[in-house]
Amino acid sequence: MFAKPMDRRFFLRGAALLGCSAAAHPMLSSVTFAGSDGAHPLGDHRLVVIILRGAMDGLDAVQPIGDPAYAKLRPSLAANGQALDLDGYFALHPALSGLMPLWQAGELAFAHAVSTPYRDKRSHFDGQDILEAGTGMDVPVASVRDGWLNRMLQAVPGLQAETAFAVGRDALPLLAGSAAVSNWTPDLRMDLSSQNRQLLQAIYHDDPLFRDSATEAMALAAEIGPDGAMMGKPAKGADAGFAEVDALVGFATARLLADTRIAAFSQDGWDTHKGQAQSIQRSLARLQRTILGLKAGLGAVWGKTTVLAMTEFGRTVRENGTAGTDHGTGGVMVMAGGAVKGGSIYGRWPGLGDGALYDQRDLMPTSDVRGWAAWAMAGAYGFDRRLLETSVFPGLDMGDDPKFML
Amino acid sequence: MTPSLSTLAFRFGYGLPLPKDAPTDSAAMLAALAGPDIAAQRHPGAGIDAALPLIQAFQAARKASKGSQTKTPAYLKAQKAIGRAMLQQARVSFARALDAPDGYRERLVRFWADHFTVAARNRPEALLPGTLIEDAIRPHINGTFTAMLQAVTLHPAMLIYLDQVNSTGPNSARGKRREKGLNENLARELMELHTLGVGAGYGQDDVRQMAELLTGLGVDKTGGFAFDPRRAEPGPETVLGITYTGEGPAPVLAALQDLANRPETAQNIASKLAVHFVSDTPDAGLVADLTDVFMASGGDLAALHRALLTHPAALQARAEKARQPFDFLIAALRALGLNGADLDDGTNLRAVLLLPMQAMGQPWQSPIGPNGWPEAVTDWITPQGLAARINWAMTMPAKLQATLPDPVALAKAALGDRASEALLTATSRAESLREGVGLVFASPEFNRR
Repeated sequence: MFAKPMDRRFFLRGAALLGCSAAAHPMLSSVTFAGSDGAHPLGDHRLVVIILRGAMDGLDAVQPIGDPAYAKLRPSLAANGQALDLDGYFALHPALSGLMPLWQAGELAFAHAVSTPYRDKRSHFDGQDILEAGTGMDVPVASVRDGWLNRMLQAVPGLQAETAFAVGRDALPLLAGSAAVSNWTPDLRMDLSSQNRQLLQAIYHDDPLFRDSATEAMALAAEIGPDGAMMGKPAKGADAGFAEVDALVGFATARLLADTRIAAFSQDGWDTHKGQAQSIQRSLARLQRTILGLKAGLGAVWGKTTVLAMTEFGRTVRENGTAGTDHGTGGVMVMAGGAVKGGSIYGRWPGLGDGALYDQRDLMPTSDVRGWAAWAMAGAYGFDRRLLETSVFPGLDMGDDPKFML
Repeated sequence: MTPSLSTLAFRFGYGLPLPKDAPTDSAAMLAALAGPDIAAQRHPGAGIDAALPLIQAFQAARKASKGSQTKTPAYLKAQKAIGRAMLQQARVSFARALDAPDGYRERLVRFWADHFTVAARNRPEALLPGTLIEDAIRPHINGTFTAMLQAVTLHPAMLIYLDQVNSTGPNSARGKRREKGLNENLARELMELHTLGVGAGYGQDDVRQMAELLTGLGVDKTGGFAFDPRRAEPGPETVLGITYTGEGPAPVLAALQDLANRPETAQNIASKLAVHFVSDTPDAGLVADLTDVFMASGGDLAALHRALLTHPAALQARAEKARQPFDFLIAALRALGLNGADLDDGTNLRAVLLLPMQAMGQPWQSPIGPNGWPEAVTDWITPQGLAARINWAMTMPAKLQATLPDPVALAKAALGDRASEALLTATSRAESLREGVGLVFASPEFNRR
């Protein structure tokens, strides 16, 4: 297992490799990819990355009910007793009960006690920046202009922009960078005459930001069409609260069934400082709906799909004074899809007892969330380890293969 | 250095054409800012005292309807009342920005409201962001940063948004009895976002001590501010090496004053102002000078706002920033000749302004987190965001004005010396008046500032 404690050496190693972090490695063009063909240099695996903004409470999503300290630390959150047994030690939050069939089918796994290298300040915004930049603490976040998923794409020659899609309205630094990617939101249409399009191109010609954004918008709008055929059907009745999720998932699956291989988006609503028993329900339900929607929409392609859901950090092991949790450190990563060897909780469990916590308050991280992402990339596309440890995640030590990819 | 009118108007206001009675040079702009809040007089808003009865009625109706399958008529009525009041608040915000002779004041209000973000997460909270602006931001726009920080931190909107209302000292009377405890959300964001900035040298212990110090701040049964000594953690707390003792809110106010006057805070505020108004990568001298003014004046916001408006590095003509969707819409409505009164007159605020703002990436008073809206031009001019601006530009003006202006004249009036030859040529070639007008509003020079 590569889940060794992230000590000071880890950061120093990153510092030595600083010079490699900015751009794609020159050796990359020799890399070949599993199942690649001319039209699809990445082959046929699909990778979906979901950024969970606001710090998902991993201890609530995947509850360590076998740990004797858990119930005492979480009097109101552990008390519902409704969690579903996963492996005799961990149990799944009831709002994720719809994922149990995936767990039983070996299509769902979790890595527990994971974190980025970010420590101590517990700022959402810095935490998310580091999660999406994929760097260590040795690199000033502000100096990183691209995200790790874009750096992975930079390593693949001959990709088209539609290979990777950032879906939704909000900026997604994870996919930003010099490799061409597509950005769109499923609920947007444009209806422009060809003369109008040409005039817009003329007024944007000398402003690269406007020119590139407009070019991409017009191309996608033309391709997707005014009727939005690629959009999910509007939900009704009990499902109405999920309309946005369904539209996003419908759009993403339609692209993934065509030429897209990578899709990424974010979901917020995880900052459960107060009344968490209630406030986390909706976010978990949306995550579940997303995963089930991807599986249903992708059909046979689900067998070649890896979904990774990750968050900036975990939350305090103790409930706070308002039946919620505050910003913590170690948390959970969700892995789903037919390409994942599911039915297991991966990672080294540090325990919740006295002396086992980070800073006497947080779940002790025992592995780097970037390592799991790196092994997923290696498993899905055959990326070489040296590339992943230098260009995609500069300074990362992937350790031993945790073998969670089929 | 004498900046051009378009630079002043775009950078420190809502652009051109200027509204009636608007100042046209720096000195007059500063005089207007120092004068009375004309926009607020013309379009009165509602503070927390006006909002509380509506929120209370909603909560009571919701409680009474618990257990019933469908929403009771009283519940629906209370819900609608909040929705109406929220729309009225939005209308007031748009009307003030449209009519204000001193656009600088309106832009500063939005800057500070964003610095002290309170987002609306649910129906009863929909009124809170507006009340914070009314009670704690506008009245302090020419005061000290300390006064604004104290007003914001003790305002029910902030206490509710960052979960302070239930935070309880573990050793307080209620803490011991009810086993309640701390919530450190406000304490952390107060240091990270509102004052010192995340790069400053504070640690988890400071956050914890600050959280203990803040206990007792909350709201009473009516929802108004109250200090509850039964929840206040007893004993002294030490934040950044300074120990605070005493009863009631006084030690909290003292700690806020100390935080407000720290050099890290001055640097954080100076940097945010320069980034918001001038450039995503602002001139280091501008930030340093603003920091110095902040420190030398004891955080006097009038001095700080004056220093920003008159600094040579803030007056360079290059338009590096994007107008945020709110600013885009205000500028477009102004250019079309609409004013605040037009918004009272059956304008469908939701369809014309609020839904388009959402499509452009700025859902009304709903940023994702307490760090507010992003600043980078690349966060706004995305394929999705630009498409939504183009859509508005091409379709909405014709619905707002029966007679559309001549596009070339519009470009000159709305852009002044910023209108490019390419734009003037393109507008003259548009197939329709509607599309010509749309090109002006979709142009880079209209969307940059």
